Amino acid sequence: MLQSLQDRFVLNFIKDDRWMYIADGLKVTLLVTFFAVLVGIVLGFLVAVVRSTYDKTGKLKLLNILCQVYLTVIRGTPVVVQLLIIYFVIFGSVNIDKIFVAVMAFGLNSGAYVAEIFRSGIMSIGGGQFEAGRSLGFNYVQTMRYIIMPQAFKNVLPALGNEFIVLLKETSVAGYIALQDLTKGGDIIRSRTYDAFMPLIAVAIIYLVMVLIFTKLVNMLERRLRSSDH
Amino acid sequence: MTINKGDTLIRVEQLHKIFGELHALNGVSDEIRKGEVVVIVGPSGSGKSTFLRSLNLLEEPSRGKVYFEGVDITDKKVDINRHRRKMGMVFQHFNLFPHKTILENITLAPTKLLGKSKEEAQKHAMELLELVGLEAKANAYPSQLSGGQKQRIAIIRSLAMDPDVMLFDEPTSALDPEMVGEVLELMKKLARDGMTMVVVTHEMGFAKEVATRVVFMDEGQIKEQAEPGEFFEHPKDPRLQEFLSKIL
Repeated sequence: MLQSLQDRFVLNFIKDDRWMYIADGLKVTLLVTFFAVLVGIVLGFLVAVVRSTYDKTGKLKLLNILCQVYLTVIRGTPVVVQLLIIYFVIFGSVNIDKIFVAVMAFGLNSGAYVAEIFRSGIMSIGGGQFEAGRSLGFNYVQTMRYIIMPQAFKNVLPALGNEFIVLLKETSVAGYIALQDLTKGGDIIRSRTYDAFMPLIAVAIIYLVMVLIFTKLVNMLERRLRSSDH
Repeated sequence: MTINKGDTLIRVEQLHKIFGELHALNGVSDEIRKGEVVVIVGPSGSGKSTFLRSLNLLEEPSRGKVYFEGVDITDKKVDINRHRRKMGMVFQHFNLFPHKTILENITLAPTKLLGKSKEEAQKHAMELLELVGLEAKANAYPSQLSGGQKQRIAIIRSLAMDPDVMLFDEPTSALDPEMVGEVLELMKKLARDGMTMVVVTHEMGFAKEVATRVVFMDEGQIKEQAEPGEFFEHPKDPRLQEFLSKIL
């Protein structure tokens, strides 16, 4: 029994340096997730600012409509379909780096969810805070920057952390455009060795460990930011 | 332009504010002079808070004009933020910034808007904290303070901008009764020091003792105004007589 497990381990990971599929895949997954998170934060932040500025002041009407279309389309269609459309339709006729496509697709997708998270955070800050800022002489942007955003960010940190965990796991569909991410790497080993258990469990464990580490980091940040609540 | 005691600081002309169906302000005109302590009273829904909030344009009037230190601040071309720095405002619910310490609450606007150095702003903030006896709370957060302490901090946060007028929107209405006194004491001290003040309140004792003029608002209009003795002893408007008989 133990001997057979050891044999399978050697077959799946050691022989022909098959562990490289996992290691290279992990690199791709981390790279895509990292940059998609950045794209998502920037995009989500901008959309949230446009949407809440419109809600509060009635300005930016055209941009607000644009943002709403974006939110509706992205949240109303599966991420795999978005990924395929971006790769085969939008960049169909050009030879383009698949990692870049994946970053764009997952970033664009995440941005929609991050936007709503940020917006709920901004809306959760009472109107009194806004009025206090304005009455001191801060303009709209300064009030947002110094008074509303820091509080909103603190309130949405758990939801934001959750969104990034979801994003990390969602990148596992990158194999649809033949990008060799962590999941695809495990799957390639499976197709070579005809052993599903070893590579797929290894992949699952790696995702789980990454999520646990990330959750821990978010919790630490949250605790630091909570220092003003007693 | 220097403004001397007795000169007009704020002039309001035919102010109207319409919220959907509600005509909250229905043609209010008034003049607030430097050094005056104007107390505005009236039943709820009379438009007194809307009027006060129109003075620094937190509420944008539907019609009419507000002049502050000779400038028409309802003019869209005017940078309202610059003028608001000179008009302190104190709210019913304090609205301290919960993510900042007391000291940061006070120094935020002076450092960011007046270009004061951090040291300079902190020195001034500590002086103000000593004025209200809360210097020990400089590094505390708002959530660690009582309601009365929060409101006193809110007042000196406005004072840190060195305003020409202070607007108070029911500053003691959200306080436990035993904390009303400490806030009123501070407001009386400000009045004694010559601060121009416009106060919406239900504290008739404060009006009698400190006000230079008491204004009665009802149905979005100023129905009567007089110095406190006259106002409380010989009210003329029947609605004011009814109002006073209910609360005194």
